[in-house]
Amino acid sequence: MSNIEASGPKPRSFFTTSRIVTYSVLLIAAMYYLFPLYVMITTSLKGMPEVRLGNIFAPPMEVTFAPWVKAWDSACTGLYCEGLKPGFWNSVKITVPSTIISVLIAAVNGYALVNWRFKGSEIFFTVLLFGSFIPYQVMLYPLVIITAQLKVFGTLQGVVLIHTIFGMPILTLLFRNYFASLPQELFKAARVDGAGFWRIFFEIMVPMSLPIFVVAIILQVTGIWNDFLFGVVFAGTTNYPMTVQLNNIVNSVQGVQEYNVNMAATILTGAVPLIVYFISGKWFVRGIAAGAVKG
Amino acid sequence: MQHSVSIKDLSLNFGNVKVLQHLDLDIGQGEFIVLLGPSGCGKSTLLNCIAGLLDVSEGQIFIGGKNVTWEEPKDRGIGMVFQSYALYPQMSVERNLSFGLRVSGMKKDEIEKRVSRAAEILQIGPLLQRKPANLSGGQRQRVAIGRALVRDVDVFLFDEPLSNLDAKLRSDLRVEIKRLHQRLKNTMIYVTHDQIEALTLADRIAVMKGGVIQQLDTPHVIYNRPVNLYVAGFIGSPSMNFFEGSLAGGAEPVFTANDGTKISARGYKFDVAPNTAVTPAVLGVRPEHVVIGEGAKSMTFQTEIEIEIVEPMGSDTLAWTSIAGQSVTFRCDSDVPLATGQKMLAGFDVERGSLFNAETTNRL
Repeated sequence: MSNIEASGPKPRSFFTTSRIVTYSVLLIAAMYYLFPLYVMITTSLKGMPEVRLGNIFAPPMEVTFAPWVKAWDSACTGLYCEGLKPGFWNSVKITVPSTIISVLIAAVNGYALVNWRFKGSEIFFTVLLFGSFIPYQVMLYPLVIITAQLKVFGTLQGVVLIHTIFGMPILTLLFRNYFASLPQELFKAARVDGAGFWRIFFEIMVPMSLPIFVVAIILQVTGIWNDFLFGVVFAGTTNYPMTVQLNNIVNSVQGVQEYNVNMAATILTGAVPLIVYFISGKWFVRGIAAGAVKG
Repeated sequence: MQHSVSIKDLSLNFGNVKVLQHLDLDIGQGEFIVLLGPSGCGKSTLLNCIAGLLDVSEGQIFIGGKNVTWEEPKDRGIGMVFQSYALYPQMSVERNLSFGLRVSGMKKDEIEKRVSRAAEILQIGPLLQRKPANLSGGQRQRVAIGRALVRDVDVFLFDEPLSNLDAKLRSDLRVEIKRLHQRLKNTMIYVTHDQIEALTLADRIAVMKGGVIQQLDTPHVIYNRPVNLYVAGFIGSPSMNFFEGSLAGGAEPVFTANDGTKISARGYKFDVAPNTAVTPAVLGVRPEHVVIGEGAKSMTFQTEIEIEIVEPMGSDTLAWTSIAGQSVTFRCDSDVPLATGQKMLAGFDVERGSLFNAETTNRL
């Protein structure tokens, strides 16, 4: 080796100490998170007799999808035996409008806070930010009273309203930072061109903001889908979202605990955010980076 | 005479920070005014006030004889070109140009007519269907100018339009802007920190510092008769040589440098006749007004110098030396052979220089 004259790219060995350490740590971390998933999937594919054997780490000897069908269609929550199905649709009915409304309002908020500074806009923003640090529990009881007064307590509209309000601080911050990172001169140019508040928003700002919209939508979809507290408090028994229904299925103590059904139900409930992340991962990272640069 | 743009006692404060202070400025019809100053002097702020993008704290702005102090930008009859071009990235060049017209609800054939005229003037016809991302810097800036052009306004505002371009393009576009002005004869207000742009383009230059206009005059006067030390030092590259000392007035005024060197100020045109008392003063001499060799013999002040550093610039040569105990640069023809350590005769006429009161820094 030593008599070769150096020329071209420097030869590098693949197995350096730092590389081995890095990959081992990453591997252990990945296993730590993937192992429970493995257990859940294998268990959900086993029949009850096989589950009773207690070898939770063993792969299924006989693959069956019956627990999945049961979890979706006929698992019992107390009196009703309709599975997760109604919960899924309730979650859709809650998540879709909450996401759309909260993202739209927050986008307009952020845009106004950056480009149309009004007297006290900074104070307004500070108050809004402060709101995101107050624990939900503090606001729960007053909100129950308020929604009851507004006659939306225990309805879909009620829970949508609550999600919209609670999404506001973080989403506004996200949009504000993103719009602040866009060149101010664009906004000025549009004003000289005579465009007004909405025209600039829809024709100039929104087309440039796709990444941050994606981030906001992902945040809201996963956040609202995974929510349990607001769903159980505000939605009312007939509108329970999937998470609440899952809890009821797992915790109903009639007869035997069907671990395979529980596992399948849990995976089904978690599938939506999981799929959202898989599909939009690239966009998500890009948007987060774009929105986080300037504060 | 009807002023195209008139600024009356304009002030702008951001909280306690006074950005513009009681500013007055009258700009004639078709005049090319350059606002020149270092960053933070308030020149861009002033332009934004004229455009209506910033609310003023005090004072009034008139455009075309109309008080527009409270008007929206679009109603002021202005077009603006920004440093970063500020083209709408998702729109084609054509739609960028027509955006303002579409907003105002203009008829389609009229929009088309104006866009094609602007494209013809700026030679961007072949680029109309492209997106801004696919244009070079110079092309982008041309589109940005075109966006102001199609609006058919009386006043053009330029906010450092060439600062993002490389040196070669900058000088090309500079000429193009001058040509555009000669063709359109609109009033143009141009903000820059580049003195070459200011000197080459302007009918009049307003040199600004700390939110105050220091001097407003033609480039020639600004360069040759700066009103104070600040303007004298800011304009010119390399900058003016300054000698500190004192001035004795009278029939035969004499400037005495700090090391005792006496320099006759015979022939100097005083703005205010100096009194006979000796007052602290600063003498400023431009590098190109220092003459070496044979030519120096006819100057009112001559001295022996030793060359310290030689900087060949191509078209001419800069040399560093010291006169009367002060470091001095002078400019001479690039064909003159100069070497470090060389001794020669140098001289200058105070008549072509500038004398300033050392305390008030104002021109004497």
